[in-house]
Amino acid sequence: MSEPIPFRDIDIEAAIDSRRERRLEEIRREAEVRGRLEIVGTHPAGAPFPQATPESGYYGMPLLKEPPWTWEIPLYFFVGGAAGAAGVVGAIADYTGADRELVRHARWIAAVGSVISPALLIADLGRPERFLAMLRVFKPQSPMSVGVWTLLGFSTSSAAAAFAQFLSDRYGPSLPLRVLEKAGQAASLAFGLPFSNYTGVLIGATAVPVWNRSAADLPLHFGASGLGAAVGLLEVMGHRKSHALQALGLGAAIFETLEGFRIEGSAHPALEPLRHGASGRVTRIGGALSGPIPLLLRAASLFAGKNAGCSLRRMAGWSAIAGSLITRIAWIHAGHVSARDWRLPLDIDEHSSSER
Amino acid sequence: MSVTAFLTDSTLCIGCKACEVACKEWNGISDDGLDWSGYSYDNTGAVGASTWRHVKFVERPPIPGFGGNAAEQFSWTFSSDVCKHCENAGCLEACPTGSIVRTEFGGVFIQPDVCNGCGFCVVSCPFGVVERNQKDGRAFKCTFCYDRQKAGLQPACAKACPTESIKFGKIDDLRQKAQERVEELQRRGMNDAQLYDPVETSVGATHAIFIVRGDPRTYNLPPNPEVPTVYLKKAWTSSAVAAGLLLGGALLAFLTDRGRSNGRSR
Repeated sequence: MSEPIPFRDIDIEAAIDSRRERRLEEIRREAEVRGRLEIVGTHPAGAPFPQATPESGYYGMPLLKEPPWTWEIPLYFFVGGAAGAAGVVGAIADYTGADRELVRHARWIAAVGSVISPALLIADLGRPERFLAMLRVFKPQSPMSVGVWTLLGFSTSSAAAAFAQFLSDRYGPSLPLRVLEKAGQAASLAFGLPFSNYTGVLIGATAVPVWNRSAADLPLHFGASGLGAAVGLLEVMGHRKSHALQALGLGAAIFETLEGFRIEGSAHPALEPLRHGASGRVTRIGGALSGPIPLLLRAASLFAGKNAGCSLRRMAGWSAIAGSLITRIAWIHAGHVSARDWRLPLDIDEHSSSER
Repeated sequence: MSVTAFLTDSTLCIGCKACEVACKEWNGISDDGLDWSGYSYDNTGAVGASTWRHVKFVERPPIPGFGGNAAEQFSWTFSSDVCKHCENAGCLEACPTGSIVRTEFGGVFIQPDVCNGCGFCVVSCPFGVVERNQKDGRAFKCTFCYDRQKAGLQPACAKACPTESIKFGKIDDLRQKAQERVEELQRRGMNDAQLYDPVETSVGATHAIFIVRGDPRTYNLPPNPEVPTVYLKKAWTSSAVAAGLLLGGALLAFLTDRGRSNGRSR
């Protein structure tokens, strides 16, 4: 006897085990036992079948699609934000004649970030080998297009500045290297300014409610987060006596604390994923590590002795770095939750925080 | 060559899914697997990368005087969903490769040989139509049968529809037809019949309009779809302010720090 020939190329076993198969059984069982259903999309007073109502939309099925991005994108937001801010800080430090070592380290952060960023972005493309398709056009109305060109400009200039610095460190300074270093640094400053916060525009101008509701805040929020991370990285690398870095770190921490208040204080249903459920918890952890914790540590370091102050600032630095990364993860997570919520795009007001 | 559109009339749809099948056949789209949703006869859920036409089965509490249903029975309507082909299309504006274009027929078309799968169109569609194909990596949606229209044919779904629930034609003609049909339905007692045609919203108008019964939200049709470009001004203003603050803050911090000791701690 030969094997029966499947009539379609479908993994029947997988289909039978699927979540939806079980769900249908659950619905039938519940209808049989209780004579009524109370799950989302059902009408308790009606038949034991789910019904579509103005309260439940189309059986509570999400209208919007979830972001298709994987782990590379929140990591890219973090790396890009920190690298962009480091590029700006490094250039300004150089122009104002600050400690050479600080300038050098800021350049390295920008350069390393400018290598990792495109790699992460390309890795997330559905067709990574087609990255260059994005360089066919420049579309001002597409934040993704503007962002890619900004990334390209920042990466090239930051890498050039760091490369020139590396060569002049190793083989001694020369005029061409100096020109390359200064030109790269100037361009790194110019591109770093938008690069440090454009990712806020990128997710702000989308159809995902929690993101577009925050469109006016996200770039500021992400910019402060990136600055906090860049300052944190420099402090972790040893620059714990720089008053300028302390001031910038305090500024970023104060801004992030205020952002936390904004999120916690808003009653708008679109921002619910930032306050409730798993995405809410991640948002709170990220917010605490970016705002109040480094703020308190930095304030304490102002009054502490020399050594204690340094270790407090190192802790503040690590906290801001972790907070920046977790904040980006939290916003992407909240975007997923928001896209799954069928009520927002259908303007359904009745908001219970039960179904998550 | 004219600007064309779909008019999908849910009062004529019998839920046969011929449009779904015809679409898959013509465009060579893979199946969606065997899955039970528990929601009426809709085991597909929504339009997506492998479903460009999708028949919704809208079971609702009884509507008095509804068709041939008994009074105590739930009412049952079907409606074939599709990409709306917006006038101000979020996906088209968002696409960083220029892969998504407006065709001469007014439709929104993703050129599959240009798409690099960045996924930004997916989060930019206010109707949740575009989806990335997990195996292929690129974004897919209804092509408005661009190839068939080029050849002077009507889209496969409209051609296959046995009840002419899916009508295809010039957009102005269809708008007028839709208006007449709604008036006719209301004369016949279907007072809840209405046209879903989001002209007044920021998506401008769509090249797919729908005749529905009752609240369009039960068909998962958003009452106020917004093209995400409306958020650009706010967001870029915020970005410019953030850049200004960063530049000013850094200058201030380092200038006031000048002359003070700022060496490394080690």
